[in-house]
Amino acid sequence: MYIYDAYDKQMLDDRIKQFRNQTARYLDGKLTDEQFLPLRLQNGLYIQRLAPMLRVAIPYGCLSSTQLRKLASIARDYDKGYAHFSTRQNIQYNWPKLEQVPDLLAELAEVEMHAIQTSGNCIRNTTTDQYAGVAVGEIEDSRPWCEIIRQWSTFHPEFAYLPRKFKIAVCGTPNDQAATQVHDIGLYIKKNSDGEIGFQVLVGGGLGRTPVIGVEICDFLPWQHLLTYLDAIMRVYNRYGRRDNKYKARIKILVKALGAEAFKKKVEAEWQNDKDGPATLTEEEVKRCKSFFTDPNYEEDSDSSDIEAAAAKDLLFDHWLERNVASHKQLGYRIVNICLKETGVAPGDVTDGQMEFIADLADKYSFGEVRVTHEQNVVLTDVKHADLYAVYQACQKESLATPFLGLINDIVCCPGGDFCSLANAKSIPIAESIQRRFDDFDKQKDIGDITLNISGCMNACGHHHVGNIGILGVDKKGEEFYQVTLGGSADRETALGKVLGPAFAQEDMPDVVEKIVDVYLENRKDGENFLATYRRIGIDPYKERVYAKAD
Amino acid sequence: MPKLIKDGAITDSSWHTVSSQTVYEDAFATKAEQLLVPFNMWQEHKAELKASDLEIGVWLDSEDDPYELSHEVGNLPLIAVNFPIFRDGRAFSSAAILRQRLGYTGELRAIGDVLCDQAFYMKKCGINSFELPDSGDADDFIRALSDFTDSYQSTVEIPDPLFRRR
Repeated sequence: MYIYDAYDKQMLDDRIKQFRNQTARYLDGKLTDEQFLPLRLQNGLYIQRLAPMLRVAIPYGCLSSTQLRKLASIARDYDKGYAHFSTRQNIQYNWPKLEQVPDLLAELAEVEMHAIQTSGNCIRNTTTDQYAGVAVGEIEDSRPWCEIIRQWSTFHPEFAYLPRKFKIAVCGTPNDQAATQVHDIGLYIKKNSDGEIGFQVLVGGGLGRTPVIGVEICDFLPWQHLLTYLDAIMRVYNRYGRRDNKYKARIKILVKALGAEAFKKKVEAEWQNDKDGPATLTEEEVKRCKSFFTDPNYEEDSDSSDIEAAAAKDLLFDHWLERNVASHKQLGYRIVNICLKETGVAPGDVTDGQMEFIADLADKYSFGEVRVTHEQNVVLTDVKHADLYAVYQACQKESLATPFLGLINDIVCCPGGDFCSLANAKSIPIAESIQRRFDDFDKQKDIGDITLNISGCMNACGHHHVGNIGILGVDKKGEEFYQVTLGGSADRETALGKVLGPAFAQEDMPDVVEKIVDVYLENRKDGENFLATYRRIGIDPYKERVYAKAD
Repeated sequence: MPKLIKDGAITDSSWHTVSSQTVYEDAFATKAEQLLVPFNMWQEHKAELKASDLEIGVWLDSEDDPYELSHEVGNLPLIAVNFPIFRDGRAFSSAAILRQRLGYTGELRAIGDVLCDQAFYMKKCGINSFELPDSGDADDFIRALSDFTDSYQSTVEIPDPLFRRR
């Protein structure tokens, strides 16, 4: 994990002091609502339907057990004993008091955490694949590069008041679990024929009301130029992005309006001036950042036969091994996913006790670190194969051993109308009604790999456009309805879902999803997963089934 | 008289800012000897303005292209960048372009909706004088100029990013 030095600490302290002063001026009436708005947003603070919401950054998803314990104690002391993992590797508190937020931020700073730029029209938390550093076949560990980008984007003086929010994802794994192509900037780490590191640069991806897949503007950007090139993109966007209409202000609209070629030309023209200038990355700096992300002290170990024996006797453990455990680059180790999708609990919600439990588990079994995922789950990246049963049994006691990672009940879901003031419709109850419908684990297993994403409004925090099944809450004359899309995916073959047809009432949603799944089960061939069958047979069979008149 | 902060201290401004609505002939109605004219007026009447006895500066609105001043920066004693509303961040880029790209070394002033909460970022982008709105508190503003001890990035003020100095 990256460890702050005196500079990092000082700047974080400076920020807390600045925000404490801003909050005091606001409460004294010296700052208007309009003036305070972007200031509090750039410190993660929203005013929600019922109370303020504070979004805390988990930079590129990495957390130490110490940090996780602090998040737990904050949930207890400043909130109602729980928090929510978002779809952007952040964590959200739903009930803090405005006047206590500066104190809360000071507590976070004690463990080198913050809420800086988690909201507002600025560069947000940089995200990556949760398996970075441990994935099999990884091209390059993305974490040091994310840290370099984190520092560059933090308090960037020129780009703190952009036309709109700005999200960057970096991916160095073969599978891409970072939804890289639907970010304002998506960076795929590559190696050229000489083994040198560089980046394929995509721009203009994004979800929201105009979903777009990013387009390539640079095939191979040598690593030295990463920051100067990012500066050039940002400057072009800051100057030319639309500011007259908030719904047309994202970079994707600018890239579409200019065309990718013309956009690229503008970036290159800007870049020529800074290329090889002082912001050019040095080998020394990259080495420094990489030094924080070296392998832990793995033991020379191989897989244990005890685990096989335990799995033979314990069917649920066997399922868990199959679904929640992934292979690891190191012999004798595995990646363990803790799925936070227990039916009856809002997807991504964790209690203070569960956070402390996961922190203990990380200390005991995974070198004291955890990752959070944009699918709203938690990962222990370095668990010894021989410890898997012990980890499973411990998780089971805390209701954290649901063995359905990547199955239909592993639903990605925004907080929706229950909390969010932007939402048109509730999303959590939809998730729960679908989870109840597919409660039978054998059925879930039979359906196999599938992603189901729910957003309570077109801002698309639940990433519904890139779910195999996407559900979008819409408001029709004060009533909540749900539109369904099919065929989305967020991996290296990113695709946007297609709208199935007219929206449905809330109570119909479990039936609708079940019918869609039935069409898949009846049509699948040779071990095809849901997406493969959809791609082969198209949307019509699903449409016919779902909209068939009952007679 | 508007409050002005220059190079970290409160000072008087003798410059008269000509608004974008003013017609050219009316710009000289005041007895001011230093006129800060809008970029469009400058473009249209450059020759006459240069020939006048007055000292002339130019202010850029957020959509104006600073590159169009590339041949003038050596002769202008004052360039201002306007913040029509504080959350319009284009002036940060305009300021950085004037300093980094065009090598402008004269006074670079922030005008318009100049909020102390942005003072530090403005300074980092090369702005060295600040015309505060009536509601602005000069002491607050001066304090805010040093809200942060350092920056990670390569900035106009300190071109070497932190990683070359830490």
